[in-house]
Amino acid sequence: MPTLKINGRRVTVDADATILDAVRAAGVEVPTLCHFDGLEPWGGCRLCVVDMSQAGWEDDWFKVVTACNHPVDEGMTVVTDSERIIETRRVVLDLLLARCPEAPLIQELARDYGIEETSYTPNPEPDDCILCGLCTRVCDHIGVSAISSADRGWGREIAPPFHKPPPDCIGCLACAEICPTDCIPYETSNIRRTIWGKEFEMLRDPKTGEAVITKEQAEHFAERSGVPITYFETSDTSKRRQMASTFQKLQVVK
Amino acid sequence: MRIESKDRFETLRAQARESNASRMQQVLVCCGTGCLAWGSKKVAEAFASEIAKRSVDATVDLFVKSTGCHGFCERGPLVALQPSGILYTKVKPNRVEEIVETTLIGGEVIQNLLYKEPVSGERIAQYDEIPFYKNQVRVAMRNIGRIDPTSILDAIAEGAYSGLARALFEMTPDEVLDEVEISGQRGRGGAGFATARKWRSCKAAPGDRRFVLCNGDEGDPGAFKDRSIMEGDPHSVIEGIIIGAYALGAHEGWIYVRDEYPLAVVNLGIAIAEARKYGLLGQNIMGSGFDFDIKISRGGGAFVCGESSALMRSLEGKTGEPRAKYVHSTEKGLFDLPTVLNNVETWAGIGAIIDRGGEWFASMGTERSKGTKAFSLVGKVKNTGLIELPMGTTLRHIIYDIGGGILNDRPFKAVQTGGPSGGCVPAELLDLPVDFEELTKAGSMMGSGGMIVMDDRTCMVDVSRFFLAFLEEESCGKCTPCREGLHQMVQIYDRLIAGDGVEGDIELIERLAAGMQLGSLCELGKSAPNPVLSTLRYFRSEYEAHIRDKACPAGICRELTAYEIIEEGCDGCHVCFKACPVDAIEGVVKELHIIHQDACISCGACFDVCPTNTIRTFPKIELKKAEVV
Ligand SMILES: Cc1cc2nc3c(=O)[nH]c(=O)nc-3n(C[C@H](O)[C@H](O)[C@H](O)COP(=O)(O)O)c2cc1C
Ligand code: SF4
Ligand code: SF4
Ligand code: FES
Repeated sequence: MPTLKINGRRVTVDADATILDAVRAAGVEVPTLCHFDGLEPWGGCRLCVVDMSQAGWEDDWFKVVTACNHPVDEGMTVVTDSERIIETRRVVLDLLLARCPEAPLIQELARDYGIEETSYTPNPEPDDCILCGLCTRVCDHIGVSAISSADRGWGREIAPPFHKPPPDCIGCLACAEICPTDCIPYETSNIRRTIWGKEFEMLRDPKTGEAVITKEQAEHFAERSGVPITYFETSDTSKRRQMASTFQKLQVVK
Repeated sequence: MRIESKDRFETLRAQARESNASRMQQVLVCCGTGCLAWGSKKVAEAFASEIAKRSVDATVDLFVKSTGCHGFCERGPLVALQPSGILYTKVKPNRVEEIVETTLIGGEVIQNLLYKEPVSGERIAQYDEIPFYKNQVRVAMRNIGRIDPTSILDAIAEGAYSGLARALFEMTPDEVLDEVEISGQRGRGGAGFATARKWRSCKAAPGDRRFVLCNGDEGDPGAFKDRSIMEGDPHSVIEGIIIGAYALGAHEGWIYVRDEYPLAVVNLGIAIAEARKYGLLGQNIMGSGFDFDIKISRGGGAFVCGESSALMRSLEGKTGEPRAKYVHSTEKGLFDLPTVLNNVETWAGIGAIIDRGGEWFASMGTERSKGTKAFSLVGKVKNTGLIELPMGTTLRHIIYDIGGGILNDRPFKAVQTGGPSGGCVPAELLDLPVDFEELTKAGSMMGSGGMIVMDDRTCMVDVSRFFLAFLEEESCGKCTPCREGLHQMVQIYDRLIAGDGVEGDIELIERLAAGMQLGSLCELGKSAPNPVLSTLRYFRSEYEAHIRDKACPAGICRELTAYEIIEEGCDGCHVCFKACPVDAIEGVVKELHIIHQDACISCGACFDVCPTNTIRTFPKIELKKAEVV
């Protein structure tokens, strides 16, 4: 298990840990925007940059790397708050603030780094999407891949194929829930759900009439897990009721 | 026809040489992309039919070849005659009959088809005597223009696969590695990483399946060296890759070719098929027991696909987007297996290095940059085209002796090297020896070897904006600093060019540049600020003039520049009158002309055509000041 020095503090972590894991283990905070535990690191937002020096490198030689996807190594030294790191994060946040001037999360992070207003030209069509890719990655992760990033450069955007309701979408809302800036709109009720312009019928509990998930979602999970589809229709209220009645029937034995 | 031993190869080579030598005369018609655009196909056809027609009554043994790029593209179609070595330029089909009659049969030179040396105005008959060629040393491009790229025997006669034969039969894989190390060759695709070191690191990686890849993506605007090599001498690339595979113990290779290079794909395809037929690819190469084969893959069409991790993603069938990686692709590359990726020109040099020895290669060039390097010389020089020179050749030699000097003899201002994310080297550094170190020290880079020469009619702010705009288009958009940073950089430059720059803009540019360099995911974003930083370093006052004085010192930026006719010089030739697209010029023949400022759109059309150089530019702001007064 490799031991590292994080801002002067020693920590020992698993060999397959990332610098981000080590930094957290040392109780140090590094901001992240495109990272989500459980999803493969992507390294797109560049907010988690740190200064890193490996054992055997010349004393004062540090390299800027992203903490979320860089593997740890024995004897590594990490500095999370050097001047150039703070400045690089400031540029990233300043740029994101120009792109998404109205996103509270970005405003807040920028403020933490002393930026009240962007130094650049604010986006004439404000948009809250920071292109962190979490939505498309979580969608890939559950094996659906209904949405993807389209176009390149500044024109890049997250969209379903051909900007039409995505045929593969199962209406699970994973993308909307993982989105750090809450910018994927959706509507949901006991009867209907809409996301990415696609409408879904909800699978309702036969007893309570409550909706838990969409039919497509239930089918998708049933197919992958082998669990019968009826498993997914039972609502939490129903489950609780069933359990309560089971408990009522139980005799307390002393 | 399969070559099954070294002896068989040598016999074949001797036969090919003999048959080439016994051909009395050869007509080499350049069929590279540039010349094709000039209509060289028609010229080649005309020769074929004319020769067929004549060979009945005249016993001249002739041969028509399609050859790759001579590197002299704007003078096409080019026709070289062997063994006389005569070069004709701008040959049209209607001159073919005359050439056959006068030169091939009559042995006379046709003066007005010869190359005219722009400096002395002299006509030069011999191909090798033209300063553009005379000053070159060709290694990677050794056979371009000398062989028919679609004939493997022609290539073999000129030495192709001799290096491979040597490697397979006289050297162990480790000896091949040692030889490449002795040569000191560094990658020709960008970063200049030592070839042998890359190969060793891949060889040391565990596992027994590994790959060799060739990067033929060449997405830099205006670059064409890799294209010319793939089109003009595909065997040099293939030979290099086989040798590399032998050294590394790889059995599979890919050549990744830019989608816009159809002729390269065709010529490489023919070359690979021929090499297989002759047993130079596939099972048991030349009977040595070594197996290896190559596939061609067509690029994803984006500049960033040339970046190594994006290229490998694209080969895997995924989106060609760079991947943040902290493990070298020599250990975990294509399909997460050990992989060596080298540039076309890098591979093309390997055969020669093995054939002639690492020492020979290392004897050329400078201390840390060995051998020769190909450049695409373009812009405001008299001779443009593809050149190959020893590393360490000075800019002066390249621009003045080979390039023939600046067009219209205007003053030289700067040369942009290294592709879109390279930098500008100013006139003060004309004696800079061109190698990896010196270019980097000067704030530019070798990159892929692009050289764009600029004269005094170039605004460095405007030029930087051009490269930034290209990179903004080509950024994949995955990471924030590059995607947003390039977009904002272009916004700032738009401001400067329009005269809306404000105090603090230079500092804003510098801070953003530093953030992009440190923060971007791949080399595209990291190096994108180079054009900005190098122009700021050498031409800061031009930036200041745009911001403070609202003036473009070079007289280029339209919003800031006005034009007027100098009274004393105007002889009333009326040329500018005709050139002006908006009829802003008034005057009758033989009388003084004037430009109406309210109608002028500052396009500069009049300036460019005035034969007496009587039109001058001045800051537009002076007009406004005059109004106020
Ligand atoms: C944005 C970008 C584009 C690139 N395009 C090319 C290219 O078109 N051809 C090339 O050989 N290398 C290109 N490279 C460099 C490659 O990543 C890689 O370093 C090179 O192919 C290695 O070969 P070499 O060692 O022989 O130079 C590019 C790099 C970047 C960052
Ligand atoms: S929609 Fe949300 S999750 Fe998806 S890329 Fe944009 S900000 Fe990230
Ligand atoms: S630096 Fe540019 S091209 Fe490279 S990953 Fe980032 S956005 Fe894409
Ligand atoms: S969190 Fe590491 S790059 Fe986004």
